[in-house]
Amino acid sequence: MSSLIGKGLSRRGLLQGASALGASALILPAGLRPARATPQRGGTLRLGLGHGSTSDGLDPALWDQVFVQMLGACLHNYLTVVAADGTLEAEVAESWEASADAATWTFKLRDGVRFHDGARVTAADVAASINHHRGEDSESAAKPIIAPIVEITTDGDDVVIFRLEAGNADFPFIMSDYHLPILPAADGRVNPDAGIGCGPYTLQTFDPGVEATFARFDDYWKDGHAHFDAIALYAIIDAAARQNALMSGEVDVIDRVSLNTVHLLERAPGVKLISVPGTQHYVFPMDSRADPFTDNNIRLAMKYAFDREELVRTILNGYGVVGNDHPIGRSNRFHADDLEQRMYDPDRARFHLREAGVDTLRVQLSAAEAAFNGAVDAAVLVSESAARAGITVDVVREPNDGYWSNVWMQKPFVASYWGGRPTEDWMFSTGYASGATWNETFWEHERFNEMLLQARSELDEALRAEMYAEMQAIVRDEGATVIPVFANYVMAASDRVMTPEVIGANTTLDGFRAIERWWFA
Amino acid sequence: MRQIAVMVGQRLALGLLTLLAISILIFGATELLPGDFAEAVLGQSATPETVAAIRRQLGLDQPFWVRYWAWLSGALQGDFGASLANPDRRVADMIGVRFGNTLFLAGYAAAMAVPLALGLGILAALWRNSVFDRGVNAGALTAISFPEFFVAYVLILWLGQSGWFPTMARVPAGVEMSERLWRTFLPALTLTLVVTAHMMRMTRAAIINLLASPYIEMARLKGVSPLGVITRHALPNAIAPIANVVAINMAYLITGVVVVEVVFVYPGLGQLIVDSVSRRDIAVVQAVALIFAAAYVLLNLAADVVSTLSNPRLLHPR
Repeated sequence: MSSLIGKGLSRRGLLQGASALGASALILPAGLRPARATPQRGGTLRLGLGHGSTSDGLDPALWDQVFVQMLGACLHNYLTVVAADGTLEAEVAESWEASADAATWTFKLRDGVRFHDGARVTAADVAASINHHRGEDSESAAKPIIAPIVEITTDGDDVVIFRLEAGNADFPFIMSDYHLPILPAADGRVNPDAGIGCGPYTLQTFDPGVEATFARFDDYWKDGHAHFDAIALYAIIDAAARQNALMSGEVDVIDRVSLNTVHLLERAPGVKLISVPGTQHYVFPMDSRADPFTDNNIRLAMKYAFDREELVRTILNGYGVVGNDHPIGRSNRFHADDLEQRMYDPDRARFHLREAGVDTLRVQLSAAEAAFNGAVDAAVLVSESAARAGITVDVVREPNDGYWSNVWMQKPFVASYWGGRPTEDWMFSTGYASGATWNETFWEHERFNEMLLQARSELDEALRAEMYAEMQAIVRDEGATVIPVFANYVMAASDRVMTPEVIGANTTLDGFRAIERWWFA
Repeated sequence: MRQIAVMVGQRLALGLLTLLAISILIFGATELLPGDFAEAVLGQSATPETVAAIRRQLGLDQPFWVRYWAWLSGALQGDFGASLANPDRRVADMIGVRFGNTLFLAGYAAAMAVPLALGLGILAALWRNSVFDRGVNAGALTAISFPEFFVAYVLILWLGQSGWFPTMARVPAGVEMSERLWRTFLPALTLTLVVTAHMMRMTRAAIINLLASPYIEMARLKGVSPLGVITRHALPNAIAPIANVVAINMAYLITGVVVVEVVFVYPGLGQLIVDSVSRRDIAVVQAVALIFAAAYVLLNLAADVVSTLSNPRLLHPR
């Protein structure tokens, strides 16, 4: 041994040699490879989350950020759930079927699903849980997405029938929305603040803005899920504090890793990064009713004036992909793969300016960090790249406070973001359809709106794929939103935390289901 | 002694008026902020109907004076209302634990900072213009010149990452005192470094100021040792300015430590008021602001009582 060291083989070299051996093990034929470790039960998963506020509550109607979304995933189950591969899985519902026009949906409930207080989940509970978000007095953020429901009826204890005002082939996806958990009902009403659900964990303590703790629900119906004995969610708003907590072993998983310092975390021992390209994207909507953005040539000039690759490199530190000016992510079912990728092209931008009959252009871009991390920096980069195309972009730094009520959808050109939606129809009808509440560009396109309705009630998958591809092209070429980047969900975990091979891309933390899909080695 | 009682009584009555004025100010200022609770809580997903529903339910559609009066009449009866965000949680319950946490951290930091500052200030006055004096001054000024979060990160780097002290100062209910002290050591040390300089330099300056007085010269001529001159003759007369600066720093430790709370994930009042202002949760904002104002009123009163007691001329006016 000493002679080896004498020849310059240091301890580090020895370790490198050992890891090289480890690497060779990975290329053995599959039959010889040790099977991927089967999930172990046990341990307390401690999650450090970048959200959480003293005003958080248990009422799902008002949930708005990751802390309460995770709380929902711990406590509750939903009719359906988006699986890690993006398909829809049955949860409280066992199966569902649509009428021929896709306007009536019949959900059959699973047998043997129980609430934490031991009661069976019945059709009446489901109906009351959804009705909680409907009606005149509803305060629910989910009100717009379930507005098309005309009537909810039950047939016995385990059949629920939803009648919609028009066909919607993706309706079961809507039932997976995090606002719509199944709560126990009494006399047709739910008590949203009781903290009882039929999910994998029961609530132990909840201190809003600080922490929430849970213990495994012994009667949880799913096999091979909910491996942890207990869960603890901590609100750690400060990105550096979150990172410190992980590195010093006080939490096991953190979300929202700061992309400014992610390269330091890459080198930290005992920590692994989990980066999932998902549906989350950063956007720069232009008010299509306001001059000069009424002219599609001006909008195209703006789209060509964004240096997308530079934004991915600097704002996202490489943890993302370039966007193609439509809101459908690569992980979506009907993503148009053969649509040409738009790139930075100052000459094309100048061409479209000339088409619009102007030589130069001066616009104001309003941004604040509230829109997304690095929004102000991104706006400054845009003004640099646009300058080379003859467009002067004046960056207006707005206050974070009140950004969504006073700037977004008020000023003509702003920074914003979308968490993305699991289906094309949901995304388009939330943010791009004529008259949609959050149509942030006030964009109206006859053909697009027509096709949106057609595709919604179409049950033939091939036909739908074709229609959604054309709609993506329309939004890309005639829409009023610049969508330069799709940002990955970047999380970090201690080496002890094991994840399945495929991690959900629909939201952060494995579609919020890390708490029941992950385990400790 | 009667004077003291009268003074305390008068000042407390004035303090109540101050609190009333502050409650109007805070209520009005929150009113001037753009947006209200309904818009803030719904954020990007607000729609006109849901905003209106929340306003109706919480009475936010009432005019300003009606809401203020409703709050005030409740507060006068000791009921500070319910949080807008969690109607089930009374403000008093929400604040209770956090107020305890804030007092604990402020007390912990003060217990380290005040003796340290007084001791260093006395020694610096004793050996003024020596290497020690200059060294302590330079050190204290350096610590106060860095922003708090920087001091906090440096301490985390040196003492936290090495595993000696936890970087998250979480204090679960029912932990033992020794563990509680260990868990909150880093934030307390950060605050100590931030407040020591002010008190130390005031102690030094007040004492040095007195050292030129004839009675100090007399004491020296009597043969009293230099340390005796300072502790027995100079310090009692320097108590008034020192008490004032200690009071100001204590008030700061209670009201101004939100940055330290955020860095160390410590659930105190600072974090609560910042959260509540951004959510426009007016009942919580009011209650916390009143606690902060009361802290200033009471600590200043305490400082005045101490300076009166330390000065026989004020205690026995002719």
